[in-house]
Amino acid sequence: MGGDTALATLPDSGQGWEPLMAEMANLRFTRPLAAPGEDAGQTIGFESSLTLDAGRALSPFTVAFKTYGTLNDDRSNLVLICHALTGDQFAASRHPLTGKPGWWDMMIGPGKPIDTNRYFVLCPNVIGGCMGTTGPAETDPSTGKPYGLSFPLITVRDMVRAQAMLLDALGIEKILCVLGGSMGGMQVLQWAASFPERVVSAVPIAAAARHSAQNIAFHEVGRQAIMADPDWKNGDYALHGTRPAKGLAVARMAAHITYLSETALQNKFGRTLQDRDSFSFAFGPDFQIESYLHHQGITFVDRFDANSYLYITRAMDYFDLAAEYGGVLAEAFRGTQTRFCIISFTSDWLFPTAENKKVAHALNAAAANVSFVEIASDRGHDSFLLDEPEMFAAVRGFLNSVASQHGVF
Amino acid sequence: MKILRPDLAAIAAMIPPRARVLDVGCGEGDLLEHLAAEKQVDGRGIELSQQNVNACVERGLSVVQGDADTDLADYPSAVFDIVILSQTIQAMRSPRAVLAQLIRIGRHTIVSFPNFGHWRIRLALLFGGRMPQTTALGYSWHATPNIHLCTIADFIELAAEVGARIEQAFALTEKGRTRPMRPDSWGPNLLAEGAILMLTAAGPAVSLSTRSKA
Repeated sequence: MGGDTALATLPDSGQGWEPLMAEMANLRFTRPLAAPGEDAGQTIGFESSLTLDAGRALSPFTVAFKTYGTLNDDRSNLVLICHALTGDQFAASRHPLTGKPGWWDMMIGPGKPIDTNRYFVLCPNVIGGCMGTTGPAETDPSTGKPYGLSFPLITVRDMVRAQAMLLDALGIEKILCVLGGSMGGMQVLQWAASFPERVVSAVPIAAAARHSAQNIAFHEVGRQAIMADPDWKNGDYALHGTRPAKGLAVARMAAHITYLSETALQNKFGRTLQDRDSFSFAFGPDFQIESYLHHQGITFVDRFDANSYLYITRAMDYFDLAAEYGGVLAEAFRGTQTRFCIISFTSDWLFPTAENKKVAHALNAAAANVSFVEIASDRGHDSFLLDEPEMFAAVRGFLNSVASQHGVF
Repeated sequence: MKILRPDLAAIAAMIPPRARVLDVGCGEGDLLEHLAAEKQVDGRGIELSQQNVNACVERGLSVVQGDADTDLADYPSAVFDIVILSQTIQAMRSPRAVLAQLIRIGRHTIVSFPNFGHWRIRLALLFGGRMPQTTALGYSWHATPNIHLCTIADFIELAAEVGARIEQAFALTEKGRTRPMRPDSWGPNLLAEGAILMLTAAGPAVSLSTRSKA
């Protein structure tokens, strides 16, 4: 979720983070993507309307995406990557705003577990996002102003519907494998349930079939932090020339804790002080962990839109796949021919193994073809973004097995 | 590909091509990989050890981490042509419940197990006065995972209790060979190191061909 693949600490400026935040607040959120020399990917504009679960329709709308590798002649080697809450389409290429490597750079590329010499990899930005796909920061054509809170509420199913329309537009019927972690895993499960005939195989990682009460609670803390920022202006900050950077940074800080584990925090930071030998007896960042969280908050506001954060966290909260099928999760997968590989991490307390296992049990009850791998890691939920050789080996083995079974190579 | 353990090779020989197979306690997936390559089966596995599960998935096999004692209840009835439980029933907490689940899930169930009635074991206990350790059962009494050992006669009684009919029976000899046996005779219970039985839920005979895929 973080996209930051190492626990880095920021040197203390000696002044706490207020000056930095003030500086950030003066920057306008820069879109469209235009960092020189970086590939901003592609977009497709749709004149047709996207019917949303909220009972409204979005028209026109745009989907931004990145591709890696080459589509084969019989269009059978598509690997679809679904990104997490704060991810984007830059899964395996340098981020045009931050300049950092793609969030799944270790997973996707030539010779990597998702081998772009073999597969055509497509990663779209979700609907409601802020990296080129239509979201609350985009201009509403009917008013000429940014949508802000007039943007309709979206769901994970809406995200998947938009992706299905993208595949239609690209002329690709079948997905050899759809993969994603966290909210990406929710999309993977939704794909398998909504379009079983299009999905040959599915790999939900560190995911769940529904968002838990605890997870909704954490999201609500983040949303309240954003909305409590006076610069949020009821969602119309773009019109006022302000940005709720403080609120968004606090939301990110709270969320970031949930992506890690107690063990990881203890091992990395403990109670170590940041560039000092004794307490300051003030509220600056005395501890390294504080400094680290501040860094996470500050760097996040540079690349993410606050309203998008509200909308996408809400979409995750609404996710409950079984509810669409009479409360019986197995019904979501009845008769499925899709092959599944579910991956969880031992120290993930946000989407714990137990939640992942519920999906595996439901798939067994539907007599589906399912593998389930739990990987020992002390790095928490964000493990799916990190160097986890067992995850790479499982994905590589599973994907190659599916590909050879379906005659892709 | 690894060379299969003799009892697994014997089990593999009993499985028709393209069958839908569930291997309960599949280990690192040797049997499943063999069946996929040689018989084009649609194979699945359940394995307790996560390390083994990860090894299976890396090999491209469909295996879930799970506990046969609790997780078999998730599966619908008669979804597999063949369910295999090899050298595992003696490690189950409730062999009776597991066996009942197996014959419910599979149209046919193959069970292999070590025979605690083998003459060496009988002699070891009679003359040694200690819990026997053999090549098939190489653990000391306090460290063994084999908490529910049985003889062939015991198992046959259990099979009858859960309503299973024995369709085929083979004795496993000390040299790793298999030979057909009459399960109710006293000979194998004394002379066989282990047994491989094919069971089905009692009722009209079910043919051992692969179900036609509608």
